[in-house]
Amino acid sequence: MKKLSFIMVAVFFMISASLASASTLEEVQKRDVLQCGVSTGLPGFSNPDEKGNWTGLDVDACRAVAAAVLHDANKVKFVPLTAKERFTALQSGEIDILSRNTTWTLTRDTSLGLNFTHTDYYDGQGFMVSKKLGVKSAKELDGAAICIQSGTTTELNLADYFKQNKMKYQAVVFDTSDQTVKGFEAGRCDVLTSDQSQLYGLRIKLAKPEDAVVLPEIISKEPLGPVVRQGDDGWFNIVKWTIFAMIDAEEMGVTSKNVDEMKKSTDPNIRRLLGLEGIKGKGMNLSDDWAYQIIKQVGNYGEVFERNVGQGSPLKIKRGLNALWNKGGIQYAPPIR
Amino acid sequence: MGALFFFALFDLHMATVEHPQKTAWWNNAHNRALLFQVLLAIGVSLFFAFIANNTIHNLQQRGISTGFAFLKQKAGFGIIQHLIPYTENDTYGRTFIVGLLNTILVSALGIICATILGFIIGVARLSSNWLVSKLAGIYIETFRNLPLLLQIFFWYFAVLQALPSPRNSLHIGEKFFLNIRGVYLPSPIFQQGFGWVAGAFILAILATIILKRWAGKRQEETGEQFPVFWTATGLILLLPMVAYFATGRPLSWEYPVLKGFNFQGGITIIPELAALLIALSVYTASLIAEIVRSGILSVSHGQTEAAAALGLRPGKILRLVIIPQAMRVIIPQMTSQYLNLVKNSSLATAIGYPDLVSVFAGTTLNQTGQAIEVIAMTMAVYLTISLTISFFMNWYNARSQLRER
Repeated sequence: MKKLSFIMVAVFFMISASLASASTLEEVQKRDVLQCGVSTGLPGFSNPDEKGNWTGLDVDACRAVAAAVLHDANKVKFVPLTAKERFTALQSGEIDILSRNTTWTLTRDTSLGLNFTHTDYYDGQGFMVSKKLGVKSAKELDGAAICIQSGTTTELNLADYFKQNKMKYQAVVFDTSDQTVKGFEAGRCDVLTSDQSQLYGLRIKLAKPEDAVVLPEIISKEPLGPVVRQGDDGWFNIVKWTIFAMIDAEEMGVTSKNVDEMKKSTDPNIRRLLGLEGIKGKGMNLSDDWAYQIIKQVGNYGEVFERNVGQGSPLKIKRGLNALWNKGGIQYAPPIR
Repeated sequence: MGALFFFALFDLHMATVEHPQKTAWWNNAHNRALLFQVLLAIGVSLFFAFIANNTIHNLQQRGISTGFAFLKQKAGFGIIQHLIPYTENDTYGRTFIVGLLNTILVSALGIICATILGFIIGVARLSSNWLVSKLAGIYIETFRNLPLLLQIFFWYFAVLQALPSPRNSLHIGEKFFLNIRGVYLPSPIFQQGFGWVAGAFILAILATIILKRWAGKRQEETGEQFPVFWTATGLILLLPMVAYFATGRPLSWEYPVLKGFNFQGGITIIPELAALLIALSVYTASLIAEIVRSGILSVSHGQTEAAAALGLRPGKILRLVIIPQAMRVIIPQMTSQYLNLVKNSSLATAIGYPDLVSVFAGTTLNQTGQAIEVIAMTMAVYLTISLTISFFMNWYNARSQLRER
């Protein structure tokens, strides 16, 4: 009987001990590598190149956090996740950040035990069709078969849109975006639907990109951004302010190229950003040059945007909503002071 | 814990009755065994209660919703194939049923097709015709040695997608269409009076059963045979036909018509179902064929010779002598193949067939985020289906076992 109770007590401690865990920041620093959940391959956002290096807007968000926390933008382990797997991976602690073109919604923010940090890409759902069909507007899609990725907000928006416009559709639901492209290419469906930015990315994956067109309609709001676990406010702050720092840097004209010169600047805003005066990294338990490291190693928001999805990339997406607030967009970050 | 339990049982058997009064109650082997078992049971249930409680507590602490209330919420997404009426306005609970029925559909069809195909290939493998036996051998070695997922992709992307677009469908008349979106068949519309036709069909089947019993009895008594097969075929075809014409042909058809992008009306077999069904059947049949072969080879050759000496033809030898004995070897192994097929059907999610894993443990899980509840329900379904198949197959196995008199 003694043995039995001993086992029970041991098991009790084993389980209850695992409840109290160290903060995410401490864990990442101890591990010396940031675990970042990304997509299984989406050009412009998170996509591995021929050498296996990940690039993209979502990838750079993680690299920026790694630069701030570990002083090395390359100390990131990328974990490719399907739309279905992503939240469980974050909830269970398999990853530290989920940066996987994930739409911020009420349900996800409040019932999954997760927190959305900041929108680093304002997107909306669109449709891509084959040119052969001669369709000009989404309103002409009654009765179409539509390829879609499972477990996305897109699936729900689609149903709403067709119901509102009293149209019928057949949803052909695949697991990964690669499979949806294959299905679309083979002609299994007439339409491929996803966030519009993704459509441009998926379009260049087609064998003949010129045969497909993206329709003008945008049927939903899709604010995308990095997600962290609920309940670790310190880590939440770090990820949030990493994105803010990149946006503020663009606003102040600090780039990866001129950041060293900017250290000599007398502008107090820039001096605070680069950790030369003010509160520096103290409130986040980071080193003083946290934002300097982000800008030096990854770049400001504008650089990251143009490099991955903008004019410097095959996608050539215009800034649009994602331009800074003082340049016609809605990207706006609180001041660093 | 296990060791204690067994020692306790062991004590029970070693109990002596020499000094029944002098031992204290806790030294009584029987009482002690009972005590240990009760303690063990309490311990185990406490352990599981603790785990469950701990999980719920942790989920709540992390702000993750728990419970089954989500089943009553509106789902809001479409499902391409549903055997019961379903729209976006239905609940998550209904998506569970829709997914479940799709899983059962593909599994049941798969089991039937794989069994028939497997038997044919297995027998062909033993054929004395060199070409037939070699072809069967190639079939088996090819399909059972390729990963199933690869085969599913092959049937879906390579074969089915080579089909034409809806506007260039292959067709038989204006009634049957085949294109990349699936197979389109006319759907029957039953009108008043069709009940008579159905009734005639049931009557014909009942008559066949009675006829077969009577013929069997007559053969036992007189040795004379009666052509049951041909009579039964005539009955089953003729009786409903007579009823059909007598009631004024109460059946019409709705034909699929190309409207806009796709065909509307009629019955649609989506390519995902076809690809998954073909892949599951072809793969499992290659395994079943080997089981059938081993079963047939387990019946000693003396049986064949004895049957031949009695004057039975080869077809009858196989049907009446070999197969019934081979079944005793075949059935237990078939059970595990059927279980595998059902479980393999969850690979559907790779090609977008809306089975339980794809719809419920996929989309529903992701929209609600209630992973533990959804996965638990999904596991319970597969467990229930598998246990049902095992139970049924065990019952059938017990029935077909050798009864020694």
